[in-house]
Amino acid sequence: MLRKGIALAALGLALVGGPALAAGGHQEIHPQSWSFDGPFGKFDTAQLQRGYKVYREVCAACHSMNLVYFRNLGQPGGPFYDPKYKNPNDNPYVKALAADIQVNDIDSETGDVIQRPAIPADKFPSPFPNDAAAAASNGGAVPPDLSVITKARTGGPDYIYSLLVGYKTPPAGLKIGPGQNYNAAMPGDLSAFWSGDHKKVPPGGFLAMPPQLAPDKVTFDDGTKSTVEQQAKDVTAFLAWAAEPKQIERKSFGFGAMIYLLIFTVLLYFSYRRVWRNVAH
Amino acid sequence: MSGHSTYEPKTGVERWLDTRLPIVRFMYDTALDFPTPKNLNYWWTFGGILALMLGIQLVTGIVLAMHYVPHVDHAFASVERIMRDVNYGWLIRYMHANGASMFFLAVYLHMFRGLYYGSYKAPREVLWILGCVIYLAMMATAFIGYVLPWGQMSFHGAVVITNLIGALPIVGEPITTLLWGGPAVDNPTLNRFFSLHYLLPFVIAGVVILHIWALHVPGNNNPTGVNVKSKADTVPFHPYYTVKDGFAIAVFLLLYAAFVFYNPNVLGHADNYIPANPLVTPAHIVPEWYFLPFYAILRAVPDKLGGVLLMFGAIGVMFVLPWLDTSKVRSMRYRPTARLYFFIFAFFCLVLGYCGGQLPDDPVLGSPSGLKLLDADINSFVWLSRVATVYYFAYFLVILPILGLTEKPLPVPESISEPVLSHPATTPAGAVASPEKRG
Repeated sequence: MLRKGIALAALGLALVGGPALAAGGHQEIHPQSWSFDGPFGKFDTAQLQRGYKVYREVCAACHSMNLVYFRNLGQPGGPFYDPKYKNPNDNPYVKALAADIQVNDIDSETGDVIQRPAIPADKFPSPFPNDAAAAASNGGAVPPDLSVITKARTGGPDYIYSLLVGYKTPPAGLKIGPGQNYNAAMPGDLSAFWSGDHKKVPPGGFLAMPPQLAPDKVTFDDGTKSTVEQQAKDVTAFLAWAAEPKQIERKSFGFGAMIYLLIFTVLLYFSYRRVWRNVAH
Repeated sequence: MSGHSTYEPKTGVERWLDTRLPIVRFMYDTALDFPTPKNLNYWWTFGGILALMLGIQLVTGIVLAMHYVPHVDHAFASVERIMRDVNYGWLIRYMHANGASMFFLAVYLHMFRGLYYGSYKAPREVLWILGCVIYLAMMATAFIGYVLPWGQMSFHGAVVITNLIGALPIVGEPITTLLWGGPAVDNPTLNRFFSLHYLLPFVIAGVVILHIWALHVPGNNNPTGVNVKSKADTVPFHPYYTVKDGFAIAVFLLLYAAFVFYNPNVLGHADNYIPANPLVTPAHIVPEWYFLPFYAILRAVPDKLGGVLLMFGAIGVMFVLPWLDTSKVRSMRYRPTARLYFFIFAFFCLVLGYCGGQLPDDPVLGSPSGLKLLDADINSFVWLSRVATVYYFAYFLVILPILGLTEKPLPVPESISEPVLSHPATTPAGAVASPEKRG
């Protein structure tokens, strides 16, 4: 009986030990080193500012960020935080950035729908009035909201960056449908569209969004060279901030909490040893 | 064992209260003076850890409910608003979300401890069954709670699980309609789930009180499984176990804090940060990690009703466990054969959890052209789940009943103090042995 048990356990181990092969396609992800990585990571303010510019000038044409307000840009840890203005609604730079954008409102006198410059308390406006309009303008696919996009995709910022730089010349033998674009980082399985060697199915998948970033498409105010990689990296950092604006506060708070708990644990351990010193157990 | 009270009211107020509502006496007897076996190891600290986790979930949950909006159009955004605009909302929400995982981690260790040391055997059957009731209520609460943020996994998880109940004959459909509050998972479902998610934790708290009551009548089991014989076998709960549990709680909190502060989303699924969309189904619907073993059992059966029954059966069988195990010896420390089968059981539970997170038809081992049997590919997670499921049920229904009659257990010590003082070589291998050697 005992031997049978051991044999069963060994069989189980052997079954689990083997590496699992993904059935479908694979993705080309380029892991990046981010300033906000790790327990002591912090956002790079200049990078967040560049990233906001990329979002505003490129992404915002189609992608909403419904959970983000202009005031968030001026809050502690945000791209345009100024310690002189504790209340981000007073931050003149944030006010100016908001005023560049028109938002819908209702005239309180007449009830008419009007447009007015945004104030810091406004949300980032959506580029489309509704999902149907968004789909109609984008070949049937609704551009996803980017508020929490780095949390909403497996791979997080590394995936977003890889997707933005993942538009490659499709390998010969790959059949691409109308309104589709090949991207090496997109999840999917291309076996069905691939006429070459079935063991060498190209990585990635198709998506409706064509490549958006191009060299010098955005002019960075701080003189940073505007390559596709730079734009991709900066806008991803901005999106990572937008997805979790409190993450730096979380990590620094956490450091204190861990130290406190560690001291508490050591004290309790020695109290335990002392209380139990005369009990055989 | 709870015996007569040694409480003596010291002040006038206490004396006055003691003759009217002896609540101070009750607290003193149950939390301070309660005689506890002196040989409890660290596997016994999870009771205290679980009580703390329930408290944390209740407190954080009540605060979250002050800010959450149970409406399909606002739920997702209200949860993110908690993360962004509520003071320390990120802390409260991450404590609650990761707290659920830590709660389950602790409850699983607590249950495996009970299984190993035979804590379910007479006279603790009711204690064990109440524990099973708490576990069931925890599962319901956790599942419903995961639906509340109304992300993609919330919505589609709710659709899959509520549809399972619909597979039950006769009662299935009315129950599903009651859960949905309409023809499909929609706003009424979210509303009633929020209500139930607020209700169930208090039900759990109530059963926990019964669980502690049922513990304090026969008293704690202990690693030897031998009954307490004399006062020499016990120490008062306070300060001995308050300090030992306190230390274990602090270590547990360190692990919990590491998740909350440094990797708060690692135990969740990225898809749940996408607002629910009934028209788009995620590529791969998986429940939270703590449900994966049961999800694997569900999918191991090709028939839907069969899968549902087996999944509930996997929990149901634990309710009758006290009468399935025929051995008179409680602790597996003195049952070497049973011990081996127990470790295989624990191993297969982990295998089931792993299988639950994989696609059923994916190959387990490298080459997909695996072993064929009756036209089925044996080299797949669904078949591995089947093997593990068979063992899971065999452990309860075949191995434990037969083993208790056929095995020859090792000699059991006369009393708790005997092995404590002589430290025999009968301590089990690995982590179970080491904690009490220190101390």
